[in-house]
Amino acid sequence: MKRYDLIIVGAGPSGLSAAVEAAKRGLKVVVFDENEKPGGQLFKQIHKFFGSKEHRAKVRGFVIGQQLLEEADKEGVEVVLNATVIGLYQDHEVVVKLGDEVVHFKGDAIVIATGAAENMVTFEGWTLPGVIGAGAAQTMMNLHGIKPGKKILMLGSGNVGLVVSFQLMQCGCDVVALVDAAPRVGGYGVHAAKVARTGVPFYLSHTIVKAEGETEVTGVTIAEVDDRFQFIPGTEKHFDVDTICLAVGLSPMSQLLKMAGAKMEDNPRKGGQVPVCDEYGRTSLPGVFVAGDVSGIEEASSAMIEGRMAGIVAAEYLGYMEETDLDHQLKELDDALDGLRQGMFAPKNRGKAIETTEEGIEISKNLLKHGFVSDEEIERFPGVTHRVGVHPVMECTQNIPCNPCQDACKKGCISIGSNITSLPIVVEGSECINCGMCVASCSGQAIFLVDEDLGDGFASVTLPYEFLPLPEIGTKGKGLGRDGKVVCEAEVIQVRDVKAFDKTSLLTIKVPKEYAMKARFFQAV
Amino acid sequence: MEESRIENHPILGEMEKGEKVAFLFDGKEVYGYEGEPIAAALKAQGLMVHRYTKKEHKPRGIFCAIGRCTDCVMVVDGVPNVRTCITPLKAGMDVKTQYGVSDKPFEEQ
Amino acid sequence: MNTINDRTRDIGPFVPADDDDMLICRCEEITKGEIRKAVHDGMWTLTEIRRYLRTGMGLCQGQTCSKLVKSIVARELGISPAELEPATSRVPMRPIEMQVFANEAKEDE
Repeated sequence: MKRYDLIIVGAGPSGLSAAVEAAKRGLKVVVFDENEKPGGQLFKQIHKFFGSKEHRAKVRGFVIGQQLLEEADKEGVEVVLNATVIGLYQDHEVVVKLGDEVVHFKGDAIVIATGAAENMVTFEGWTLPGVIGAGAAQTMMNLHGIKPGKKILMLGSGNVGLVVSFQLMQCGCDVVALVDAAPRVGGYGVHAAKVARTGVPFYLSHTIVKAEGETEVTGVTIAEVDDRFQFIPGTEKHFDVDTICLAVGLSPMSQLLKMAGAKMEDNPRKGGQVPVCDEYGRTSLPGVFVAGDVSGIEEASSAMIEGRMAGIVAAEYLGYMEETDLDHQLKELDDALDGLRQGMFAPKNRGKAIETTEEGIEISKNLLKHGFVSDEEIERFPGVTHRVGVHPVMECTQNIPCNPCQDACKKGCISIGSNITSLPIVVEGSECINCGMCVASCSGQAIFLVDEDLGDGFASVTLPYEFLPLPEIGTKGKGLGRDGKVVCEAEVIQVRDVKAFDKTSLLTIKVPKEYAMKARFFQAV
Repeated sequence: MEESRIENHPILGEMEKGEKVAFLFDGKEVYGYEGEPIAAALKAQGLMVHRYTKKEHKPRGIFCAIGRCTDCVMVVDGVPNVRTCITPLKAGMDVKTQYGVSDKPFEEQ
Repeated sequence: MNTINDRTRDIGPFVPADDDDMLICRCEEITKGEIRKAVHDGMWTLTEIRRYLRTGMGLCQGQTCSKLVKSIVARELGISPAELEPATSRVPMRPIEMQVFANEAKEDE
């Protein structure tokens, strides 16, 4: 039986991170993954990540995937693809399907980093072709270059539903509605806002009654639900769609651990069945560690840190490092993980209805109900100020762990401070040079550069734009409000697309001055 | 080029593709790109129904697209239950709609 | 004895519901009504349900329906899904042809 110091199951963000740390410390590491390509879901994530520098914030997921693979390669990690782990037995025996053979391996230590599986909901017609998981949509469009549909309804307003809706529009699909049975948007407000401003209507407290069609989806009916999730008769709404996309949560894929005899628990806050483990991923089985979504559903950013932790404790378990070195090597990662687990969406706040920000500002009710902050509400947030000349307007209204905007401005106009979840503020007396770096660096696409008075009755609004075709200077169209409705005439007066913006183009539109604080998207006519 | 192919993507740019190859779908010659999943090639030309179920004879197609749900299985080169979403397309493949576990429609079984 | 294992507990009669024909296990085509009835037939654990109805025993091995079945059974028993022991996990974790499963690699070391 072939032996490795460490066998890792799953070459996603956590598995690869664990592999890199363990290999750096001298372990002979192999990573098995059932997929044809490594990286887990990272290569389907085309948006910029949240966090701070140490979490690789403002880098797009697929780029992080490439970086991780390069690191793993440099450290001599062996990544075996199309390798389906079908069993984990006692004494760290891993059974892998490789080609048309079943092969047994032995690992002195094991890291299980199998990630998560999508949850599903049932409704009449849910088995029809055209009803797909959100992961399927991401796989088709971002890996295989195929549009998942023409007209799509998204069910689920968590970050997956919001991010995938945006990605669907980026590849040219029409998202006709975003629906969630919950009364409040589940994901980050900034993700919701960037979808809403393009004109996608949000239907909270609604869910799918039925998918229509004989051999494939031709339409969908949704209806409002009461607080016990029962349909309210007479509230039905119909949409012509060819695709229904389901983004209703994830569950840890922890079956291998159960099979191996690890102590398990059913923890709704972690997404379901998870192994009982300590903060560094040590399970009840000596030498078996876990990292990433398999031990509780979180983000890829935290999965990478958990992976690194598991790689380090596995190295220590096998005697590749001193126990005394362990604490200080883990300390930095503890802090990084702790940073990501702060704010309104932190695991500890899951299920809580938060009414005010850390600063004591009332949360936008419209944002939670309709996906956008209303014109009246936006003025109360500290990133939204009025000045003479071009200045940043930061429509960041929830405490999330993210701070690239602060580093993006070389002129020091933007400050978040040492608390990573604080709302950004405009620094008094600072001078904006209209460089656009803040707009491009905001992973939530929530920063705009506004000149409220160009002197001729017009104002200019610079907005992030990640769609094709990119409008040219002189293109006339409509300015859309935060709610996605047409508010005014608009003309493109500047288009910026430089390497430092990393594919986020900056569109500057000229709008009548009274719409300076209202127009937030551009639609060519 | 089929309209559901993404020609140019604002973030990913031009999508890399293998060589254009012909294959058979229920005996009819269709085209796809070598190496892409069979399901992707079918989806690109709007072919949604991969199989009809054994008991209820209901249509099924792509659902998870990552090889987990097994809803997209078809009869490929005579072998039933092939997960088309994770099986790379090769030139000349014989891909057939699966009825139950057969490539013969129910009335012929 | 805890309530889950107390088989003398009265869970009431099976009451038909509008959505009883909703398909839950996509592979084996088992409906919500069948699962609910099975509970009233005395199948109180997920392992029993699986053996009785074949839910989660099809091609996908319960990847899609496990959580759905669990919540239906829990509701019928009047308990929280978290209290129900998940069905046994065993090899193989993924669909695999028997000829491959039986094909152990030769030891070459």
